[in-house]
Amino acid sequence: MTTGGALRFAPRLTLLLMAVPVIAGLAGTLRPAFEAGGVARLLDWPGLPRAAALSLGTGIASALLALAITLSLVAALQGGRLFALILRLLSPLLAVPHAAAALGLAFLLAPSGWIARLLSPWATGWTRPPDLLILNDPAGLALTAGLVVKEVPFLLLILIAALPQADATRRLTLMASLGYGRVAGWMLSVLPAVWPQIRPAVYAVLAYSMTAVDMALVLGPTLPPTLSAQLVIWMTSPDLADRPVAAAGALLQLGLVLAALALFRCGELGFARLGRRLALTGRRRIRADLWLGPLAGGAGLLVVLVMAGSMAGLALWSLAGPWVFPNALPERFGLDAWERAAPGLGMAAQETLLLAIVSTALATALVLSCLEAEARFGLTPGSRVMWLLWLPLIMPQVAFLPGLADLGLRIGVDGSIGAVAAAHLVFVLPYVFLSLAAPWRAWDPRIAVAGTALGATPGRIFWRLRLPMLLRPILTAAAVGFAVSVGQYLPTLLIGGGRVTTLTTEAVALSSGGNRRIIGTYAMLQLSLPLLAFALALALPAALFRNRIGMRAGA
Amino acid sequence: MSGLVLDRLEVRAKDTLIVAMDAVVKPGEVLTIMGPSGSGKSTALAAIIGTLGPDFSVSGRLVLDGCDVTALPTRARGIGLLFQDDVLFPHLSVGGNLAFALPATLRGRQVRRAAIEAALAKAGLAGFADRDPGTLSGGERARVALMRTLLAEPKALLLDEPFSRLDAGLRDHVRAFVLDLIRAERIPAILVTHQPDDARAAGGRIIDPLGRQVPVGA
Repeated sequence: MTTGGALRFAPRLTLLLMAVPVIAGLAGTLRPAFEAGGVARLLDWPGLPRAAALSLGTGIASALLALAITLSLVAALQGGRLFALILRLLSPLLAVPHAAAALGLAFLLAPSGWIARLLSPWATGWTRPPDLLILNDPAGLALTAGLVVKEVPFLLLILIAALPQADATRRLTLMASLGYGRVAGWMLSVLPAVWPQIRPAVYAVLAYSMTAVDMALVLGPTLPPTLSAQLVIWMTSPDLADRPVAAAGALLQLGLVLAALALFRCGELGFARLGRRLALTGRRRIRADLWLGPLAGGAGLLVVLVMAGSMAGLALWSLAGPWVFPNALPERFGLDAWERAAPGLGMAAQETLLLAIVSTALATALVLSCLEAEARFGLTPGSRVMWLLWLPLIMPQVAFLPGLADLGLRIGVDGSIGAVAAAHLVFVLPYVFLSLAAPWRAWDPRIAVAGTALGATPGRIFWRLRLPMLLRPILTAAAVGFAVSVGQYLPTLLIGGGRVTTLTTEAVALSSGGNRRIIGTYAMLQLSLPLLAFALALALPAALFRNRIGMRAGA
Repeated sequence: MSGLVLDRLEVRAKDTLIVAMDAVVKPGEVLTIMGPSGSGKSTALAAIIGTLGPDFSVSGRLVLDGCDVTALPTRARGIGLLFQDDVLFPHLSVGGNLAFALPATLRGRQVRRAAIEAALAKAGLAGFADRDPGTLSGGERARVALMRTLLAEPKALLLDEPFSRLDAGLRDHVRAFVLDLIRAERIPAILVTHQPDDARAAGGRIIDPLGRQVPVGA
């Protein structure tokens, strides 16, 4: 077959594009750690124990909390009306970039933020913003809260997608017929089956939560900040002598993440053992449903409420005229902030769009090639290959992006938009693949057999049958990729060398300045781009196939 | 020689013989392969259409109108396939489904449209070209599926339990329509089924996947 020549190599090319930047970047970052006394200077830094503890503490706490909320939501409530409501409200929040979520939460929580204004002066007695460290609190509670509300929608959607393969409905019915409570039945029969599928996502959440930079800069403590935030301060410092310290710190951060993952793995095994022991006792634990259901529902609604309040706060401030504390609302609304920000917004939006469109288009083309190669040549990825795909999402960004930036500098592509787009691709592609693989594989194979029995070539089957029939999941996966690219902070900052400015890097940079109206405009635009992409991904197939009953959602 | 010849066609999985058939199907004739589920019917079907997985080994030949097609890929064999379900393409109109099957050598919008209209008229579905397949009844869908298969100008037909999903009243009607058309167009056909009345209606030889004659009462 001549047509498949290049296609056959698509999976290998894609894996190279994922693995090489991570491995080369890792080597490039860690090499200078042992030069020029980087390790010694890092150990001399008085903030080190606290920064490391913050990374571990906020990361593990937020990951466990997000996981607990997600699991209890599904275990206690899935299939019910409250669950459907929470899911419908949370799904669009997946598109909200981390930076916008963090900024919105900061607007909500700050001493002069919306919550304080809503409660003052009638409940608090405050007529001036109180001198309290609610935001950027030294224990990292605000950061933990931000990470939890951002990760719950992600874990929830991953878990929902994994349920059908775990035969969840029938298992639950069986457990119920044996007299088990809902939560107990789910935990004992469904969780063991879905866990292997969601495990990489949970690890990615844990690693991400420990090392998130943009959220830590906005919500996290400052003296000292979390380890990753401090690393980025060193990496972008004009003093080149800080680089070896940053490299040594990156090594430590990598070690911390690997240690946390190992710890988590031990916890997993212990939990599984406990589960097996509990299963043997035969206790039905019906009463657990009584309190866990309302608790999970409450937590889910709280996440929705916090996120909705954050988004509303961003919108409100971007449109606010004069707004004196403690009034709950501004005196006037206007477009002043938007007008003042317009030139900068336009430039940043342009670069953001360009990066997102290029990296998403490349990622979608590569993923389609991989999946088509899988369909034509049976090149199904094994579980080890799938871990390679998760590598860029689990490996801490601060551990490999600096080395990659350094590599870019050496070959002279640093600061170019192409290099940044390539770096975005490393993070966009796994998400596009993970979104598209399941619907792609679920496509009725008899359609292809029918096509080929009618004399159609593999190419014709791909372009005329599979692609149009899967247009909706393909566009949804592309929208996910688009949202991921729009939200990228660290790759843009480090690979762009400060010369590539997106809405995300600008919004985070502005956050220290404290002009809420301008920050509001950047954050609003940053979060509307992904939402627009998702809206388009829903509307386009619906319009194209409006006269095709068999193409409706769920058909 | 025209017609479909199964020349000692045998399929093995590891060392187990699953299919062993030796038969000649003349134009307009229908050979029936019958047997309970698990008897190797779908393996026989996959061997004839050319979609066997790599775990199977095939020996013997499949000869169609004098040409050995055993080594050809599915799309080059010239064997049309009718499924248990109609497997209409849900994103295309009825006319679009038929146009997909029409050979590309038939050129020109008008000519292609006319061929589609003629095929629809033959199936008693005149004026259905712009309809959404999702709005058709079961019998209408079955007839569109058959016309789609025939428009690709197959040299032989393979029918994979095409009537088993239709309800009883519709079943005799659609079956008569399909079998009459096969005879009229003089196409050699193989019917895979587990229903004795399908086999009787087909009117040809009835064998199981291992080539043994299957008795069905009158």
